[in-house]
Amino acid sequence: MTADHQAISVRDLTRKFGAFVAVDGISFSVGRGEIFGFLGANGAGKSTAIRMMCGLLKPTSGTAVIDGVDVSLDPEQVKTRIGYMSQKFSLYEALTVDQNIRFFGALYGLTDERIATRRRFVLDMAGLAGREQTKARDLAGGWRQRLALGCAILHEPRIVFLDEPTGGVDPVSRRQFWRLIEDMSRQGVTILVTTHYLDEAEHCHRIAIINAGRLATIGTSRELKQIFTSRPIIEIHSPRPVDVMRALEDMAEVEKTTIFGTAVHAVLRTPDVNLDTLAARLHGSGLVIDGVDRIMPSLEDVFLDVVEHA
Amino acid sequence: MRKVLAVGRKEFRQIARDRRSLLVLLFVPAFFLLLYGYALNFDVQNIQLAVQDNDRTTASRKLVGTFVNSGYFNLVAEVSGSREYEELIDRGEARAVLVIPSGLQEDLLSGRRVPVQVIINGDNSNTATTVMGYALRTLQSASAQYQLQPASRPAAPPISIEARVWYNPQLRSALFLIPGLIAYIGMISAVISTSLSVVREKERGTLEQIRMAPLGTGAFIIGKTLPYFAISLATSVFIVLASMALFGLPMNGSWALLLLALSLYLVGALGLGLMISTIADSQQIAFQIAVLVSFLPTMMLSGFVFPIASMPAPIQAITYVVPARYFIVALRAIVLKGADLSAFWTQLAALGLYAAVMLTIASKRLSAQWT
Repeated sequence: MTADHQAISVRDLTRKFGAFVAVDGISFSVGRGEIFGFLGANGAGKSTAIRMMCGLLKPTSGTAVIDGVDVSLDPEQVKTRIGYMSQKFSLYEALTVDQNIRFFGALYGLTDERIATRRRFVLDMAGLAGREQTKARDLAGGWRQRLALGCAILHEPRIVFLDEPTGGVDPVSRRQFWRLIEDMSRQGVTILVTTHYLDEAEHCHRIAIINAGRLATIGTSRELKQIFTSRPIIEIHSPRPVDVMRALEDMAEVEKTTIFGTAVHAVLRTPDVNLDTLAARLHGSGLVIDGVDRIMPSLEDVFLDVVEHA
Repeated sequence: MRKVLAVGRKEFRQIARDRRSLLVLLFVPAFFLLLYGYALNFDVQNIQLAVQDNDRTTASRKLVGTFVNSGYFNLVAEVSGSREYEELIDRGEARAVLVIPSGLQEDLLSGRRVPVQVIINGDNSNTATTVMGYALRTLQSASAQYQLQPASRPAAPPISIEARVWYNPQLRSALFLIPGLIAYIGMISAVISTSLSVVREKERGTLEQIRMAPLGTGAFIIGKTLPYFAISLATSVFIVLASMALFGLPMNGSWALLLLALSLYLVGALGLGLMISTIADSQQIAFQIAVLVSFLPTMMLSGFVFPIASMPAPIQAITYVVPARYFIVALRAIVLKGADLSAFWTQLAALGLYAAVMLTIASKRLSAQWT
């Protein structure tokens, strides 16, 4: 094992369920301490890919090397080096905070002394000090989520897989949670996280977009947004966004449109379209609009664009 | 080993805090014991008897007395004609009627044969057969007191029966039923509770979390079933003790053999429960399958209530895969007969085989699902 090898290295990973190809030859690698985001619609193959990387599911073909260990050769070894937490926050609800921590500690074969140390760490991290005797089912979403994370990292894994870890949690708790993730990353822990929240994906150092089992694109948030440098995105506010959208779609310079509430986003075919002329033309067709602005593309724009072009 | 204990301890805590598990494991067995122990009784007692005494002599009163003193019959009415007793039978107030002809005493004293009529309500054929048996026996013992005149005396039957019923001299059906009841209760609580416990972990996603941990299937299964084994063994022993206290169940054999038979039987039941949990994806389905494969066969096809020997051959063939079939035979042998191992080792071997097959299938299926 060399010090500079990648934390996660996936080559041509494929999984078929009968005729259905859930994961179709994905390859990527993740460096140490990196926060790596997995974006994709439901059923895109994110969870299947994670389950293969964790040794829970055998790949049909391809390899996944986790912390220098090939998962298909030694899944048990991999299990001791990774932490896993899913959207279900799989704790034992009838057990107390303390009992959950001790149970998972024992499951990972930690000694009593180590469990004691790690227990204090987890209670601090999750803000659960003083609630040791509370049953897991009586904890609010944010606390349960942090306790689940704590139980998943009791054994100080070098790589942590988080499968939609922020589902059903309020925005304040989500922010707190991401602060914990960033702390871990600074300490050299590698994190692979899947999420539905595209604003959250901005916390990731690099992002992979999975669509229909394939890796559609991969890069930093900034790199991904570059697909829009030659195709600017404009935003038009209007009380009647649907009419504005129809008018825009008739224009030759507009590639496509999307509605975001009372705003319409339009992707233009060339960077040199005059926005004032465009606004004037919309006014001319009798539409009430509240200015036309060029905006920075969001990850959501990127995601929709990638999925459409795939 | 530490991991096995951790899983076991966790399971114990979950059981202790889960009302439904406690219900299945503790309350249901106690409830069934009382319900079936008291209600499922084939003995016929307190038969309502109406008497039409046309003789009204010392001899006829003595005959009625023999019936009442037998302990099986309660005199509910004295009637004077067929219309009266027909009405009593129709209303269900009399189950049997004894009609004594006039001239009974005179005929008996002069050594003549006297026909005495017994009318039995046959709407329940089982009860009617039993009542008829009691009535015949009572009449036999009454008539033995009188000597027939040599003239009409038939040759005494050269062979007479002197029946002795072993192990259950009073032929109390409770003693016959309780071993079956123990088998029944043990099977249900063990199968249902284990199958629910694994499926619950599937439903809540904790199973996936455990699969992510470096823990083998074997350690998981052992840790998971150990508490259920301990609890169902304790419950079964409690039921045996309660049956002794409440229903006078004897204990003629060795406790060690009883525990051995119980353990083999319960391990098989736990294996069946685990097997179900690998098939079912929700607690509801697990419960239904568990009831279907444990409740009914143990009740119907084990010899608990209906003797296997009188079933049609194809049904008899099915009973060979019902573990309660072997367990009940072994249990009756130990508890009622005080038999030693040589008398029922084949039953124990069958139970052991069943447990081994179930556990093997269950752990194979579980590890196949594990990865």
